[in-house]
Amino acid sequence: MSMTIRILLVIVAIAGIGLLFTFERPPVDVVQSGYRGVAMEQVYNPRTVAAQVDRNQLPPVLEPVDQSGPTAAEVYQNVQVLGDLPETQFLRLMTAITEWVSPEQGCAYCHAEGEDFSSDSLYTKIVSRRMLQMTRTINVDWEAHVGQVGVTCYTCHRGQPVPAEIWFANPGQRTASGMAGWHNGQNQPAEAANLSSLPVDPYSAYFLNADNSIRVIGNTALPTGNTTSIQQTEYTYSLMAHMSESLGVNCTFCHNSRAFASWEQSPPQRVTAWHGIQMVRQLNADYLVPLQPTYPDFRLGPLGDAPKANCATCHQGIFKPLYGQGMLETYPELDRKAAPGSASAAPVDASAVVAK
Amino acid sequence: MAEYQNIFNQVQIHGPAYEGVPLEAGPWVRQLKPRFVYLLGKFGDAQVGPVYIGWFGWASILCGIIAIEIIGLNMWASVNWDPIEFIRQLPWLALEPPPPQYGLEIPPLNEGGWWLMAGFFLTLSILLWWVRTYRRARMLGMGTHVAWAFAAAIWLYLVLGFIRPILMGSWAEAVPFGIFPHLDWTAAFSIRYGNLFYNPFHALSIVFLYGSTLLFAMHGATVLATAKFGAEREVEQIIDRGTAFERGGLFWRWTMGFNATAESIHRWAWWFAVLCPLAGGIGILLTGTVVDNWYLWAVKHGVAPAYPAVYAPVTDPTLLGGPQ
Repeated sequence: MSMTIRILLVIVAIAGIGLLFTFERPPVDVVQSGYRGVAMEQVYNPRTVAAQVDRNQLPPVLEPVDQSGPTAAEVYQNVQVLGDLPETQFLRLMTAITEWVSPEQGCAYCHAEGEDFSSDSLYTKIVSRRMLQMTRTINVDWEAHVGQVGVTCYTCHRGQPVPAEIWFANPGQRTASGMAGWHNGQNQPAEAANLSSLPVDPYSAYFLNADNSIRVIGNTALPTGNTTSIQQTEYTYSLMAHMSESLGVNCTFCHNSRAFASWEQSPPQRVTAWHGIQMVRQLNADYLVPLQPTYPDFRLGPLGDAPKANCATCHQGIFKPLYGQGMLETYPELDRKAAPGSASAAPVDASAVVAK
Repeated sequence: MAEYQNIFNQVQIHGPAYEGVPLEAGPWVRQLKPRFVYLLGKFGDAQVGPVYIGWFGWASILCGIIAIEIIGLNMWASVNWDPIEFIRQLPWLALEPPPPQYGLEIPPLNEGGWWLMAGFFLTLSILLWWVRTYRRARMLGMGTHVAWAFAAAIWLYLVLGFIRPILMGSWAEAVPFGIFPHLDWTAAFSIRYGNLFYNPFHALSIVFLYGSTLLFAMHGATVLATAKFGAEREVEQIIDRGTAFERGGLFWRWTMGFNATAESIHRWAWWFAVLCPLAGGIGILLTGTVVDNWYLWAVKHGVAPAYPAVYAPVTDPTLLGGPQ
């Protein structure tokens, strides 16, 4: 075998192995979602979908209980959110939450061992109380996004005390100190944006700061004062890549293929997604960020910020979390705001935290 | 030698190295003593050299090295001088233009200042190299077609990184120096300006790009197909071109009724190649300066068709009183 052929074979082998780990092998399923010939379609890899289906089954539903009898507030001390529930239903929900959030750690994850159930000594109990209020807010105030399906603790937690998909402020990787190496928060593999070189932290830009406009495209054919820069556009692009990855869909799930800005030609999912963005902004601003002083340091991000939510927190790669299987019918107490006067809806006072 | 001499055979024969046509004597007319490289002979002529560099060449190489050093060292600094991460992340790394708030001002060194400097030296390097291609062609008594084709590419480069940013009043409009980042920039540019596929100059540019590949394939195929009649043997063609050209021409008349000539096919190819960046540069130059949304522009001028509605139409939620 001549040297040239050997060199060629080595090159082919390296390229072949490289390709093997780069591409998803066919066949894939293509689902048309718009007018023919305009590339309105979703692409699904049936192998990936099979694995996702396995991961997105509902946990077993606890047996319904007799709802007569005293309320939780009459039986227990310091029940601030669920006090108006019948005690039996309250216990059923506590049991379900343990299964959804801390199946291995059990009740002691939030209720300190050796202390009364009313004790707020663990930060986890204070956080979970706020999470219950957040869940109710999502189900009651954000039907424009979650519809009648709604969410429970399981939607995000999936049997883990900390949901798999949370985010922290990310300034990008550390550069050399001195006069060079500025990366402008981009130009490195961005996990938020499908490992592209787009900005690494679109979340802080849009899910914390409601003033930053996601819209970058002009509304007129000729320039009429839209000064949005390419760098701003890259931030929006990064956010959209996050949404696409979080939902396991293409751009054309929400946008038409030729004019991303046009609402008139958009699939209806875009409106749902729009409400989702507003929802995430509110959840972060009203519920997740204010919990920052409550958390111990090891729960905080590298910059000391609280864990926060984005699209992936609930969706986890599926266009509807858990494929749209609802759990609210079996836990209706999560689908209403607390009865007036029975519960405190005020944000947690950080000074109330005894131990971190 | 029974075997015919073209790229597809194994035999390389050559006489003494060819020093080239006689030239006026001058400093550094020819450098690098000619020699032969067998592997290069597999792809083209096995002879390497003589090379001419000259003052313009050295200045161009120096400026190019400065530009690449600025870009590369900034990329390396962006991963905190970690050599492994520098290699690993190289396709992602970039030297970013200044942020928009600086407009056309000179930004701080580590916030786009390096980008401006790298752009200056890279542009200087390219322009000096252009002078070189022009002057070498003139010295050989050639036409300057190569230089002007190169100038077409420089036009697109200058529009992207210099002319358009100045017209837009912001260096931030320019392209970052980086492998993936410049591609992300391209995609973001199209998104920002309402889909560049509706830009007619972009469309023209693509026509010339794909047209170039088509012409290249047709021409290359014709010459190779008639090589057994001596089509690529320039010297013999001058004396007696045989039937190779007649066969090639007749082939195209048979198949499409018309043929380019041996000379005109190269004009076709040159113009297609040159018009690709020329038209593309015009398209980029118009984007943001005189057209803000190419899709809406295309609707306005009846270029973009309407398609039947598939969904119930939705309304922009911000029009219903919500926040943006």
